[in-house]
Order: sequence, then C-alpha cells, then structure tokens
Amino acid sequence: MSWRTFAPLLAAILLLAGPARAQLTIEIIGGGANQIPIAVLPFAGESALPQSITEIVEQDLSRSGRFRAIFVGGVSPLPTEIAQVNFPEWKSRLADAMVIGQAQRLPDGKLEVRFRLLDVLKQSQIGGVAFTLTAAQTRLTAHKIADFIYEKLTGERGVFSTRIAYIVKQGPRHELRVADADGQNAQSILISSEPIMSPAWSPDGTRMAYVSFQNKKPILFVQNLTASKQPAPVANYRGSNSAPAWSPDGKQLAAVLTKDGTSQIYLMSADGSNLRRLTVSGGIDTEPFFTPDGQSIYFTSDRGGSPQIYRMPVSGGDPVRMTFEGDYNVSPRVSPDGKVLAYISRVSGRFQLMAMDLESKQVQTLTDGQRDESPSFAPNGRIILYATDVDNRGVLAAVSSDGRFRQRLGIQAADVREPSWGPFLGN
Amino acid sequence: MKKALFSALSLALLYGCASTPVEPERPAAPSAQPALPVSPPLAARPAPAAPQIDLSKRSVFYEYDKYDIRDEYRPVLQAHGKYLAENRGKKMLIQGNCDERGSREYNIALGQRRAEGVKRMLVLMGATEAQVEPVSLGEEKPRCTDHAEGCWSQNRRSDMLYGGEY
Repeated sequence: MSWRTFAPLLAAILLLAGPARAQLTIEIIGGGANQIPIAVLPFAGESALPQSITEIVEQDLSRSGRFRAIFVGGVSPLPTEIAQVNFPEWKSRLADAMVIGQAQRLPDGKLEVRFRLLDVLKQSQIGGVAFTLTAAQTRLTAHKIADFIYEKLTGERGVFSTRIAYIVKQGPRHELRVADADGQNAQSILISSEPIMSPAWSPDGTRMAYVSFQNKKPILFVQNLTASKQPAPVANYRGSNSAPAWSPDGKQLAAVLTKDGTSQIYLMSADGSNLRRLTVSGGIDTEPFFTPDGQSIYFTSDRGGSPQIYRMPVSGGDPVRMTFEGDYNVSPRVSPDGKVLAYISRVSGRFQLMAMDLESKQVQTLTDGQRDESPSFAPNGRIILYATDVDNRGVLAAVSSDGRFRQRLGIQAADVREPSWGPFLGN
Repeated sequence: MKKALFSALSLALLYGCASTPVEPERPAAPSAQPALPVSPPLAARPAPAAPQIDLSKRSVFYEYDKYDIRDEYRPVLQAHGKYLAENRGKKMLIQGNCDERGSREYNIALGQRRAEGVKRMLVLMGATEAQVEPVSLGEEKPRCTDHAEGCWSQNRRSDMLYGGEY
C-alpha cells in the first residue's frame, strides 16, 4: 500500500534538510457544523512509541472541523479487541465512533501499531490497519491513521499525511520550509538572505518551483526534494521571472516572464525548455493556475482596466472574464474537483478570500481579514490555506471551503507567508 | 573625474535615502572624452560648455496602484537618458517596487510595469534597450516597513542603479 511507497520519499526529504528551528503553533477559531463525535482511546502499549500516536490522531481529527473528540479518561484496561469494548458506556458518552488499538516493539527493534475503527451504534468494526514502522515514522503513521478514519467516516480522502510549504521571514533571513499539514515536523528546503516567493509543489510532490531574488531580481527555480542536487534555474530571462504553476501531469510549467515587455504568461517544459508565449496583451497577465483537467488556465489580468480573473484554453484562444464585482480580484486557485474558484478580492480596502461556485457563479466571502492572500486548496478541496496577518505579523490560516471553520498557524517572532499545500502522496 | 562622480553619487545617497548603500561607481579606464561632464576634473581643464548632468536623483515615486510617471520626474529621467546616450558602455538596472498591499505576484507585475515605464522614458531620452534592464522587486524589499501610507508612499518606487551599484 501507499505507506511503503511513501516511506523512502519521506526519508529522502529528512536527509536533505535539517529540522527547522521554530514550529508552527495552531489556534482554532470557530467550530464546524455536524461534527462526528469520536472517542480515540489510548492504544495499549503506546508508551513504547516516542510520542503518543493517539494524541496526534485526535488532534488531526479535531482540527479538521469534521470531528468532535469525546473524553476518554478512566478506561482500564484499554480494550484492544472489539469483544472487550463496553459499547453501552460509549453510547452513553455520546460517541458515534471509537478507535482502539495497540502498539508494541518488535524483536527486530521496529514498532508495530494496529488499530480498529468501530461504529458505536452498530457495535461493529468499520475497518482496521496494522503498520510496521520505525520510531521516526510515528507522526506519519498517526497522520495515516487519522486519514483512514477521516475517509471511512466522511467518505472523502483525508489530508493529514500531506505536507505544506511556506516561506518564513525572520529579519534578513528568508526560508522555504516544508512541514506536515499540522505545521509540525518542519524542514528547511532553502535559506537565503534575499526574498523567496511563490513556492509551488509539483503534482507528484517530488519537486518545488519557487522564485528567488538571490541574483537581485526574480528568477524561477525548480528544486528536487528527493535528491540533494543544486536547484536549477528554469527561467532566468531579462527582466522578471515569476509566478510558477504546474500542469496537472507535472510535465509543464506556466510562468510569468517580461522578456518581451510587460508581464505575460508563458508555457515551458518543467526543465525550462520548449518555451512558448501563451497570453498576448499590452498589460499585465500573471498568476497562472491550471484547471485540474490541464486544459485551461485561470490568471489575473489588468486588460480591462483593473486586475480581474480570466480563464483561457492552454491551447490558446480568447480569455473569458470570470470576476466582475469590485476593482481588484487576484490570485485565482481552482479546487481539485474543478468546481470552486478561490481568489482574493479587495473590498473597502480589505483583502479577503472569496470562493466562487463555477457552475452557479455564486460568490461567498470566506474570511474577514485585512490582508488575506495566497490561497491554496488542500488536495481534498475541503480546506483552503492562506496567509493573513495578526498584529502586523504574517501567519498562516486555514478555512474550511464552506467558511464555517477556521484556524491559524503562526511562529513566534517571524513572518510566515505564501502557503502551498502539497499533493496526496502514494496510492 | 572620479571625485566628481563620487560627489554626484553622494548626493544621490542624501537625496534618495536608499535602503542599500550605493557604492560609488568606478570608471573602468580613463577615456579620451570626459565620461561625466559634471564638473571640471582636479587638473585645470576648461570647464565643459555643455549644461551639467545631474545624476543625483535616482528614484521615481508613484500613486497607489499606478505606474504612470508624473511630470516632475521628467528632468531626472532626461538627465539619466542623456548620460546613458553619451556613455554607451554604461548599464543600468531599474528596480520597480510596490507597497505591501495586494497580491505578491501581482505586485511583481506592477513593479515590473513601473520599471518598464522608466526604461521606455530613458530610451526616448537616448538610452538603448541593451543598456537598461527593468526588473521588479514587487513588495519583497520594502525600504520602509510600517504598515501605513507614510511608508507605502516611499515603497511605491522605481530605483535606477548603474552597473556596480547592485
């Protein structure tokens, strides 16, 4: 299963980069509706693990906004089999689902974790998995368990074991980091005395495109995350090179170059070769973003007199304007199912995250910040990560795509910005 | 000549309050023609008859969301355009900047448009395309970091830097 294919990749990332200095801390704002009450019991023998796996599982589920953790104190002995579970008690504690399990150290030094997800009302098992892992894989295993539970109970894929990238600025130090989706386990990918911008994951999660100012102007790089190779410049033309976006098949990049005048969108192979111009306007065309089918791109253009969002076929053709309310609509991002367009709109001087239903064209305001920017969909489309500020300090925030549930991720005494949510890994 | 250039650049420092120290440019080799007819060199030579070129001003400032160059900057751009026209070996980097509001990538494009506007004006004044490269720093390198108009107006700016100054 996916676990085995993913493990070597994670190990490679760990080897490549040292642990980042400060971790993101999380603050939850507001609550979701229709939360599933779930009891995550401590696993028998869990103390053999370097950290509490069930604590991470419970935090993951709670933070998703889809679950409510039920108090699990005072249970002894801890059940490990369905026959040992006192279902009437958990029904009286108002749990709809519960998780039991056990952990142990194997003779070869590896660890084993097995768990079962139970339906309290039906008094039956929904599913269960056994993992063999190294101590360093404890967190990832916990996220995998949370993903399993999330998928079984909501019918959608969980994103707890995915990763996020973001930029941290601390004084003159700019850092590109990759962390678990909960902000923990952060690794430095790149450290620079000059700004770093616009990180974008390749669809397979092995490469990162970004913009570096190391040479006193914006130049586009692609860095391989699985091998400690020097990042290669893929676009270093006269003028500025920025706004990378990957095609869904990972073979092409869209980016903004100014080699022929104002900012225009170009397509190129992922190594920078086979360059061709896509947009032709006398003004600004920027922030390309591919639709999930790879057939179209959304982008920002001021061709109508103010920055608005347009859509056009990748094969060329006439752009169609998508936004009409207000005079500043930027940063288009399409949901993974292609149904929702998230973007930033200036409303009375405030920059807020909007979501447009692409079928009905109905627009919902998702946030109420002053300077919300850089939206990025979780690969399951349920959460949008974005950058905002609190007391003039940059922090990351996440909002459920229905706008009901929000959380903030910040680092003390540093600006955190430009989040990019990585893809699902393995299958 | 060196000294004259240096004093012009010192003025630039005073005027522009550049965030990064501006290094005085070092002429590569003495040329037959005075490269910079700003003021007479130390040795007693006849003062140039041509009007002096004042290169001390290096920045153009903009209104919010705008990239058009206000008339007050024409003499400044004329001086640099003339200097570049008379010194084909000189290169210039124009860095466009924006205030922190709005999309970072859109601000890269807006800063580029500001720098591109300065480049076009310099080319009209006699510089060649090959001499001037317009680039954008967007909102990424603010000179002033408060979150208010007092700073924002300073950050909406194009800077002209000669080879050796960046």
